[in-house]
Amino acid sequence: MELTGAEIVVRSLIEEGVEHLFGYPGGAVLHIYDALYKQEELQHVLVRHEQAATHAADGYARSTGKPGVVLVTSGPGATNAVTGIATAYMDSIPMVVLTGQVPLGLIGNDAFQEVDSVGITRPVVKHNFLVEDINNLAATIKKAFYVATTGRPGPVVVDIPKDITAQKAEFAYPRDIKIRSYNPVIKTQPGQTKKAYELIMQAKKPMIYTGGGVILSNASDELIKFAQLLGAPVTNTLMGLGAYPANDKQFVGMLGMHGTYEANMGMHNSDVLIAIGARFDDRVTGNLEKFCPDARIVHVDIDPASISKNVKVDVAIVGDVKEVVSELNGLIEASDQRLDNAAMTSWWQQIEEWRAQDCLKYNANTGTIKPQFVIEQLHEVTKGDAFVTSDVGQHQMFAAQYYGFNKPRRWINSGGLGTMGFGLPAAMGVQLAHPGEQVACVTGEGSIQMCIQELSTCTQYNLPVKIINLNNGYLGMVRQWQEFFYEKRYASSYMTSLPDFVALAESYGHVGIRIDKPEDVKQALEDAFGKYKDRVVFLDFMIDREENVYPMIPAGAGLNEMILI
Amino acid sequence: MKQKHIISLLLENESGALSRVSGLFSARAYNIESLSVAPTDDETMSRMTIVTTGTDEIVEQILKQLNKLVDVVKLVDLTESEHIERELMLAKVEATGDARDEVKRLVDIFHGRVVDVTDTTYTVELTDTCDKLDAFLTSLSSIKIYEVVRSGAIGITGGENILAC
Repeated sequence: MELTGAEIVVRSLIEEGVEHLFGYPGGAVLHIYDALYKQEELQHVLVRHEQAATHAADGYARSTGKPGVVLVTSGPGATNAVTGIATAYMDSIPMVVLTGQVPLGLIGNDAFQEVDSVGITRPVVKHNFLVEDINNLAATIKKAFYVATTGRPGPVVVDIPKDITAQKAEFAYPRDIKIRSYNPVIKTQPGQTKKAYELIMQAKKPMIYTGGGVILSNASDELIKFAQLLGAPVTNTLMGLGAYPANDKQFVGMLGMHGTYEANMGMHNSDVLIAIGARFDDRVTGNLEKFCPDARIVHVDIDPASISKNVKVDVAIVGDVKEVVSELNGLIEASDQRLDNAAMTSWWQQIEEWRAQDCLKYNANTGTIKPQFVIEQLHEVTKGDAFVTSDVGQHQMFAAQYYGFNKPRRWINSGGLGTMGFGLPAAMGVQLAHPGEQVACVTGEGSIQMCIQELSTCTQYNLPVKIINLNNGYLGMVRQWQEFFYEKRYASSYMTSLPDFVALAESYGHVGIRIDKPEDVKQALEDAFGKYKDRVVFLDFMIDREENVYPMIPAGAGLNEMILI
Repeated sequence: MKQKHIISLLLENESGALSRVSGLFSARAYNIESLSVAPTDDETMSRMTIVTTGTDEIVEQILKQLNKLVDVVKLVDLTESEHIERELMLAKVEATGDARDEVKRLVDIFHGRVVDVTDTTYTVELTDTCDKLDAFLTSLSSIKIYEVVRSGAIGITGGENILAC
């Protein structure tokens, strides 16, 4: 059947099972938009800024495990999308971004709305393509989905010149695709797994440290079984929260710069560290010279380049986390041997002593609204079962520390790139994928203004997300660093001339509530998720202005050198 | 300890493939001493040779990161085993007075050729390992060098080992 390039694009997406396409039209993609107009299988979601299209697709992907799909025009459409592409890249999120391009003959001529999209996005994509022949269009889209979703996932850009979308070609969507130069890891390494098993069984002070890889690999059940077979403590990275239930007694909380005392001390004092789907990020390790001085390290990761990148490991297993952890579980179950009982008892005793420090305690009786309190109440009102997106800063850390995620894919945040403006559009993507579920965007008055235009998209598509704005009138994390390390010189971290968020929300047709007193926090949340559950609700919490995030590991310090409150 | 490594790659012969490789080196602050690339007998593939220096850890990362690039078909660190390394150099040097004979003598010693002659200059062609080319330039000492053009090293595995897809 002969179709136009534009029709081929749309049909290919449908063949891939895409249901929602986040985008914004423009000259170079008009043929594609016309093809979208003529069909009903694929829903296009019109955002208000291309950055939001990528974040919404990202939230969709993180909450479902399916690739997020974006369509933007050439030039500024593509450059606006770059922040969202880089955000997905840093957190290994599967995403396919279609960018319009000027006609082939004009490429390189500084044509209207021309940029070298392939060149600009190259450092922040897993791979990208420029389609130069309509006969390769369908196969290229197939390749894009294949690369984006296999191995260590990531965003893939397909740049499509306008003239190609107007030409005609025979359409047959390829069933399978092979790329000779791309062979994602599919086999495990049983020999290495055996070695890891032997090392693990010698542990007297084991620590299981897991990251976003466990979530990407859908390996939560395997991880829970593994941890319980060993009886070892588990800590999650910021990206890994929810992979292990926060309400389980073996969970010692998040680790790293704002991790718990018990998690970081447990890491520092462990003798065998089992790293699973985590990449030893600098926010996790602190000073590398001081990192886990006594530990022998096992590292499971699908990306060979993550192995021994920052920290030299003793046993590396390259493979899909789900498969490898299953193999480890099989080895443990096949034997009667368990970890040394006496050693484990004394290790847990030590951990419980650290836990008794209660490092997340805060002074709730100041008469002001504490951000930690808001998050705790959010947990209570949503029964710990909401999808929570966040922006970047103090509110992000408070949400990570105090919400208590018990399921994977519920905590949606930009961990790697740290992109302010991520939270609201990501929440839209989550809500679209999960109609009827509770979706909260925890944000601050700084971050929310970076993509606040999306309140309009929420209206158009009836996406009843709840915005939890922790408003302290400061760029809180910047202010905190300035307080600690710059003698309180608050350079440009004071947010002045703020809008009336209640009136702003109402102007878009949403519900706006301002909360000034601690005693009103719970009621406001109950209203938001109760009587206003079908509406977008903007909850503007006027919180304690100078609350800090604790514990904190200052730059250059080791995991055992935390600042506690 | 930093050491020199010669990495040989088979690359998809596609537009942009070269910039993926060079972009990786600049983005991750790896060092490139030289890079040479040309199509092979199989027109769908290019062969690239990169000379870099780094500690064992850095070179291990370079190899892994290169392997991750979708356009890289195969690669090998030639310095890990027996290999043949060659670089081509063209140098235009002073050839007046005593220098005229001295240059000719040195060119003979280094098995090079004088490929262009004027009253005042010789243009010398030399093909050898990078170290030998360096040694030749050092040996010119007092003789004025006007221009040096080097191809960057290319290399191939020794013996029967073959880098192919």
